[in-house]
Amino acid sequence: MSKSKRQTVLLSQMPVGQQGIVQDFVFDDCERLEEMGMTPGETVEVVRYAPLGDPIEIKVRGYFLSLRKQEADRIKVKIL
Amino acid sequence: MTVSIRTICLAGNPNSGKTTLFNAFTKLRQKVGNYPGVTVEKKTGALALAEDRVVNVIDLPGTYSLSVRSPDEQIARDVLLGRAPDTPKPDMVVCVVDAGNLERNLYLVTQIQDLGLPMILALNMMDEVERQGRRIDVDKLSRHLGIPVVPTVAHQNKGIEELKSLIASGVKAEYRRIWRMAPDLEEEAEHLKNVLVRQEGLEGNEAFVEAVNLLSQAKMNEGRTYKKETVSQINAIQNRLHKMGLRARTAVIEARYDWIKSILKDCVKDKNKKGLGLTERLDAVLTHKLFGWVFFLGIMALMFYMIFTVATIPMDLINQAFDTLGKWVVSALPPGDVRDLIVNGIIAGVGGVVVFLPQILILFFFISLLQDTGYMARAAFIMDRVMSKVGLHGKSFIPLLSSFACAIPGIMSARTIESPKDRLVTILVAPLMSCSARLPVYAIMIAVLMPLAGGWQKAGIMLMMYILGIAGACGMAWFFKLTLLRSQKPIFIMELPPYRLPSWKTVAMHMWERVRLFLKRAGTVILALSIILWALMTYPKHPGVEQGQALKLSYAGQAGTFIEPAIKPLGYDWRVGIGLIGSFAAREVFVSTMSIVFSLGDEAKEETLREAFARAAWPDGRPLFTPLMCLSLMVFYVFALQCLSTVVVVYRETNSWRWPLFQFIYMLILAYLASLIVYQGGKLLGFQ
Repeated sequence: MSKSKRQTVLLSQMPVGQQGIVQDFVFDDCERLEEMGMTPGETVEVVRYAPLGDPIEIKVRGYFLSLRKQEADRIKVKIL
Repeated sequence: MTVSIRTICLAGNPNSGKTTLFNAFTKLRQKVGNYPGVTVEKKTGALALAEDRVVNVIDLPGTYSLSVRSPDEQIARDVLLGRAPDTPKPDMVVCVVDAGNLERNLYLVTQIQDLGLPMILALNMMDEVERQGRRIDVDKLSRHLGIPVVPTVAHQNKGIEELKSLIASGVKAEYRRIWRMAPDLEEEAEHLKNVLVRQEGLEGNEAFVEAVNLLSQAKMNEGRTYKKETVSQINAIQNRLHKMGLRARTAVIEARYDWIKSILKDCVKDKNKKGLGLTERLDAVLTHKLFGWVFFLGIMALMFYMIFTVATIPMDLINQAFDTLGKWVVSALPPGDVRDLIVNGIIAGVGGVVVFLPQILILFFFISLLQDTGYMARAAFIMDRVMSKVGLHGKSFIPLLSSFACAIPGIMSARTIESPKDRLVTILVAPLMSCSARLPVYAIMIAVLMPLAGGWQKAGIMLMMYILGIAGACGMAWFFKLTLLRSQKPIFIMELPPYRLPSWKTVAMHMWERVRLFLKRAGTVILALSIILWALMTYPKHPGVEQGQALKLSYAGQAGTFIEPAIKPLGYDWRVGIGLIGSFAAREVFVSTMSIVFSLGDEAKEETLREAFARAAWPDGRPLFTPLMCLSLMVFYVFALQCLSTVVVVYRETNSWRWPLFQFIYMLILAYLASLIVYQGGKLLGFQ
């Protein structure tokens, strides 16, 4: 796939098993996420959704992290 | 130069095995307290290096970072900088990292390194790394980081001796920062550092850390005051960065991670990249849409089965033991105030608290086990959606659930909630969950309310009371989050740590620690308060007057009479008033207090008490215990915080009298209003 065809979506829109590269945060208060390793340019993978559909489990830097859709809604990801 | 080490401190991420290492270092020579002014737990201990050489160990709260965003991070930073009151500046840091999750764990390491303290890295959980087919070149890692690195398996005591001998010999502090930011930013940081050294007299490393911190923030750090010229220089630098379009905070974080990545590339060999790990396979079941619930509910059911059935065996034994002790004192001492104080004040008071110990032990056994295996985070993951409806966090679920057994362990287990506001809200609403001490009160009131009803109808009423409590807790949590403890939409993120076999030693130590705290802190204050309550119900003495009349004439009885006008709208008279006051020692005391009020002696059978209740009447002959009044009384018990032990534990957990007082008052108002609505509303609708 050529670079231009890669879509940018919100993290909350990614299906299970999908990988993407963090592009940007749509909110400013994201220091905690960055410190936990979700820095722009880093690969993240959606591992699963909780039984009730929220929160989302993702894999980043080799470990597993849970975040709410509310937060995932504000993270732009380029699909791999 | 190596200094002689007197104080070391343990730092590390949550789930890195830091506590296990702390236990291995200090065995049972531990002290748990609070840092002054905050609710962060302070754990210290003594590590014996040789027979005549002991060093202090401070176990810092587990944090992912040293940026000051949570009280835990603030304390970790203050201790490392030697700024925490009553805590000596550590001479050395032992940083514990999970070798299986090095990339993120090393982030904190780079932050601590910047402080320039002598440091050792404990590369923990090396057994897991080996099992996963990964190889870490320890020597290379040590050379890259510039500090000694010791591979450890803390729960098997592996690597502990090596760490000890390194601590004994001391390591040099010769830290040179290797990670680098973008040149522009690097220049500004260096500039600001020099300003801070020159004008504020900060030491070099501390000045650099402060400089990076200031650059990372859009505003000034409110906690510190600088000289005027320093402030204007800081503002100028922040403006320059802003104009360049540089987000310093992100740039600093990225710089650290980039450096970590480059090191790991050189040190870690991953032979077995494909295939799912144990954690992934377990999670496929344990967080499954269906099986996840089955397992979750199964665990919760097992826990409650243990608490409500198995725990009753030791509880009965404890009751018997205190009874026997009381009888022995009765036979050994001559009658009089002293004997009465010992039997009815001290033994009954302490016994009433100690009897909950088995439940607390079982609860903490489960909580430690769930936490140690990593399942706790999954329980929070599953329940988060439900809890978020009332503005709480998935982690609030276990504390609230525990409160059905007893609010005390529930409130103590709220420590797992990182967000201070969420934790406080959880603590504030936890006692609304109907605890086991309310059961005897519900039981007797239901028996009076509908003596002829079948088991299912009685159970139905009982269930309604439980649901009422849950609804109250949810409503109040929602209300507090909306008003008093409103927080700016906090980022909710939670690590799902790898599953691990529990370390029984850690579980046992955790249980022991909680039990000791419960007995010591709650026990002492509760002892004092039960003596006071006993005195109120005993004095002033009126010799020759029979028991019920004497109680009426006592201070507690006078108080009951005094509050009668206030509780009359709820349908209660002064006798119930005494019961309510007596209940503040513990709710189940209501039953025995009422027995005394009706002069039945304090060992009356339930039927006798029920009949006495049925006969009880107002002076004008109207029956006192009408169905409506029974309901109103039960509702009062659902909502009111009639439990001294809870008040004391909340005081300990929040480190001030403000919150327990607030909690007591809001629950009292809630109970009063709810009972008023039930009684007066019921009367308006024509019920009796």
